[in-house]
Amino acid sequence: MPGDPGPAIRTDTLVKRFGSTTALDGLTMAVPRGEVFGFLGPNGAGKTTAVKVMLGLTRPTAGDGEILGRPLGDLGARRRVGYLPELFRYQAWLSGRELLLLHCRLARIPRTHHASAVAEALALVGLSERGDDRVGGYSKGMQQRLGVGAALLGRPELVFLDEPTSALDPVGRMEMRPLIRGLRDRGTTVFLNSHLLTEVEQVCDRVAIVDRGKVVAMGTLDELLAAREVALRLGGLDAASRALVAGYGEVREDGEWLFVRGLVEDRVPAIVEALVAAGVRVYAVEPRHESLEERFSALVSRTAA
Amino acid sequence: MIVLTIARLTLAEAARRRLFLVLIILTAIAVVLTGWGFSQLSSVNIRTGGDVTPEAARSLVVSQVLILVTFMFSFVLALGAAFISAPVMAEDLESGVILAVLARPVRRVELLLGKWLGVLILIAGYAVISGVIELLVVDLTTGYVPPEPVQAVVLLVAEATVLLTLTVALSTRISAIASGIIAVVLFGVTWILGIVGGIGDAFDTPQLSFVGSVGRTLLPTDALWRGAVFHLEPAAVLLAYEQAGRNVAAIFPFAATQPLAPAFVAWCAAWVGIVLGIGWLSFRRREL
Repeated sequence: MPGDPGPAIRTDTLVKRFGSTTALDGLTMAVPRGEVFGFLGPNGAGKTTAVKVMLGLTRPTAGDGEILGRPLGDLGARRRVGYLPELFRYQAWLSGRELLLLHCRLARIPRTHHASAVAEALALVGLSERGDDRVGGYSKGMQQRLGVGAALLGRPELVFLDEPTSALDPVGRMEMRPLIRGLRDRGTTVFLNSHLLTEVEQVCDRVAIVDRGKVVAMGTLDELLAAREVALRLGGLDAASRALVAGYGEVREDGEWLFVRGLVEDRVPAIVEALVAAGVRVYAVEPRHESLEERFSALVSRTAA
Repeated sequence: MIVLTIARLTLAEAARRRLFLVLIILTAIAVVLTGWGFSQLSSVNIRTGGDVTPEAARSLVVSQVLILVTFMFSFVLALGAAFISAPVMAEDLESGVILAVLARPVRRVELLLGKWLGVLILIAGYAVISGVIELLVVDLTTGYVPPEPVQAVVLLVAEATVLLTLTVALSTRISAIASGIIAVVLFGVTWILGIVGGIGDAFDTPQLSFVGSVGRTLLPTDALWRGAVFHLEPAAVLLAYEQAGRNVAAIFPFAATQPLAPAFVAWCAAWVGIVLGIGWLSFRRREL
């Protein structure tokens, strides 16, 4: 391919309002090709709306963007895109195999590839044995897996998975992880909408944390979680010594622990020395990495405040 | 081609939901019952006066009963068109089935046309097959064949097409049940307006005639029905209407004194195109 193909997805200050409700409030981001991108946010953050806007199912009120180098909702781009909707509703009266065949036709996959594409998709999501049963007779988890299979038909370049494990049991969730990693290994870009932190932490290369229709943090997991903090268990704290701690970083209190964010390990002896000099009793000092959960709740609650 | 794929899917859904089976059973019952009725009619002893032969009188009676049966048939067809077409868009929109389909390289106009075409093939196929069977049964039991049966069946299909187009367009925005009810109510209202317009024509009351024209222009179902009736009327009946006075037949909803004007037929075709277009504009702008 000549030159840089650009990101798989790029959005520029996308705004979507439904009446007085603002679902997307200037969503700006770029999703590099070939990565698993986690779009993480609380319920109602605008994750599903963002995907619908990118696929052209909903029009943005303002702003624009591109998927696979084409305008949002572009028909040509949609030939190369797979999508699992959040509620994964399909024609219940079709069999699993018939449903996948229908999607082969809709995706304009060459007829000669239909049989192999359907067999591959059924095998990938573990439904080969149930392919001839009616979709309406499937359990919720099987319907969701079938939806994932449909999204992956024809080996699309970009796959949107909107909460792909919401109906799966713990085993099903675990099985989904290698599947998603396998997609990345063959060069597919995966846009994973989720509110499940462990899911995102385990499969995503890059994460955008979204809240109230805005990206509040974005980067690789390492970048997002790079901010170190030090946990301190102290005794005899007074206002002056609290102010002293606050001088070393952002302070959060949880029970008898104080967490100082942005305090690098090199400065730990200095703060201990200063605290001891101020008459504070130091019981424990633990430099640590922040978990995605902590980072997420800090970001989301901060914007909610 | 995506339109044909969607049309085929719509037909397959109707088959899978046993709609074909229901239609076949209902048609069989109707054909048997009317066949029995017509065979009774053919064995009735008819006494006539003047120069009318009993055979001529009998075929006159049969022709009028056939028009009544056809009216019932057109009503069933209209009802079927409304209630079969109402869910094809609305249900997919309400359930969210449409999301996975429209995320594919499928234009909204292709989806709408495919659904419309699928219902049209279903309704038209049903109308033609059951119409032909009914006419054959009448022919076998009474020996009567209406003057222009093909034109009559085509116009009945056109009537159903108008109503199903309206319903599909409505169902891009409102629920299946509401779309179906609105279509059936409008069908009934234009039927009444047709009678009102006929009274206006018969008694030279321009205001009432105008109401009738507005009705047939806005929803041409009743006008198409009258057009179908005209092709089912034997020459003797038309002559009788003519002798009775210029527009007296216009009062009766089961009578017609003239065929549809070509310009009106063209308007009906344009009407279907316009309403489908409005449906497309409404669907195109709809948030999913």
